[in-house]
Amino acid sequence: MQSDNVVEIEDLHYARGSREIFKGLNLAIRRGEVTAIMGPSGTGKTTLLRLITGQLVPDKGRVRVDGEWLDQLRRPGLYSLRRRIGMLFQNGALLTDFDVFENVAFPLREHYDLPDRLIRHIVLTKLHAVGLRGAAFMQPQELSGGMARRVALARAMATDPKILIYDEPFVGLDPISMGVIVRLVRRMNDALGISSIVVSHDVQEISSVADSSYLISDGKVAAGGSPDELHNAQSELVRQFMHGMADGPVPFHFPAEDYASQLFDDGRISKSPQDDS
Amino acid sequence: MIRDLIATLGGFVRTFGASQLFFFRLLAESPRVLLRPSLVSRQVHNAGAMSLVLIMVCGFFVGAVIGLQSYSNLARFGAEDQVGPFSALALMKELGPVITALLFAGRAGTALASEIGLMRVTDQLSAMEMMAIDPVVRVAVPRFLGGAISMPLLVAIFTSIGILGAYMVGVPLMGLDSGAFWSEMKQGVAEADVWEGIIKSIVFGVASSFIAVWEGYNCQPTAEGVGRATTRTVVISAVTVLIFDFMITAIAIN
Repeated sequence: MQSDNVVEIEDLHYARGSREIFKGLNLAIRRGEVTAIMGPSGTGKTTLLRLITGQLVPDKGRVRVDGEWLDQLRRPGLYSLRRRIGMLFQNGALLTDFDVFENVAFPLREHYDLPDRLIRHIVLTKLHAVGLRGAAFMQPQELSGGMARRVALARAMATDPKILIYDEPFVGLDPISMGVIVRLVRRMNDALGISSIVVSHDVQEISSVADSSYLISDGKVAAGGSPDELHNAQSELVRQFMHGMADGPVPFHFPAEDYASQLFDDGRISKSPQDDS
Repeated sequence: MIRDLIATLGGFVRTFGASQLFFFRLLAESPRVLLRPSLVSRQVHNAGAMSLVLIMVCGFFVGAVIGLQSYSNLARFGAEDQVGPFSALALMKELGPVITALLFAGRAGTALASEIGLMRVTDQLSAMEMMAIDPVVRVAVPRFLGGAISMPLLVAIFTSIGILGAYMVGVPLMGLDSGAFWSEMKQGVAEADVWEGIIKSIVFGVASSFIAVWEGYNCQPTAEGVGRATTRTVVISAVTVLIFDFMITAIAIN
């Protein structure tokens, strides 16, 4: 029996060195929806994706993806799970050895023994879906950022995954490319009946497509709900993030010692390199 | 300070252990990759064929210098007819494998390390993992095998061209007898000498390809990290090759 949640995270703890990134994070992502994961830079959104896909192992707590607990999977089990997940990396991560066509064909050729005609058919269909059938024989370096991401999306869809994960898909795109990707996220999700997880901090764009959103801050889920609920939330942190205010619970100033005493403390000034010469 | 020393030593032991595990993983996956010859042959082309001109030019001049040096020094003892066997032995047992390995580290090793390093920087390796394709099998092993297969072939070419270089100096330039040059060489070189060169070329090939792949695969994912991986490939390969050279020579002489 399939549960309603495609991803469940329970009491997740993860530290990198001495820095604690997640401190008991709980999260559930519903099947068939577009779920946004938002948060200020440096809250570990990409780390969270790596934990969901089993590229990193949590220090404590556990993650269930598509009905399987990751901590109970060995490498073959993990790899068979990953075949059901497509992931779009921030910069596309296209293989620079191959042209666009071969990039999309790559997972098909590696996993299945398909005749060339069929591979050609599948690849052209996927490229057509992202509007880049005409670019099939271009090299990755000839593509713009938006095109590279669309090719990566076609590649992620090549093996018909059940879950599509997007890592910051809108960063550094012009408004047209951004609009294209936003629409593709929604269209792929609904047309293919998959579940999508989008990590982003582009509040406007992601709010326009997401069914539900989570805001992560300080290692935990600070707020969750539909985009409208987040927009109208009373919590100061949520308001600061959703409305892009410079100062608030996430302070404008990085923690530092007292301004006046640092400016006028003679002992410190004499330590500056100019005084040594 | 002692704590620093222990920490450094601990780090070294850890890295060394991890590299050995990686090495055995490469070996264990090799048979599977050899079943897909197109993956390996492409890397033999990259590592071997692309180094060919460099190896040939260097081989010729190294051989020519050996011819000159051996002629002028052997002539002091009236043994100039020994130029043939002397050059052949020097090239086959020492200079061929060692200089080829050093050139290989500079040409193919750096290319391998920076290529794999850049794949790490641009998330290509993570992307493969996410497509459930093991990057060790798809990226590291074919490059390792390509390098390890290329090296003995390059050494053979280097040595042959080197002997030709020695011949050009000895016979047309210095006026040695061509028949004597070849027949002395044939008499002076035993089968064991050839084997010593072959074994060295295999060991050096495995070592320097492994170092390049290891450094590239495990580099820090930054521009500086790739630069450091490339430098370390050359430095560590050179030192390793010279240490192995001493060890194999010592065993062979015993």
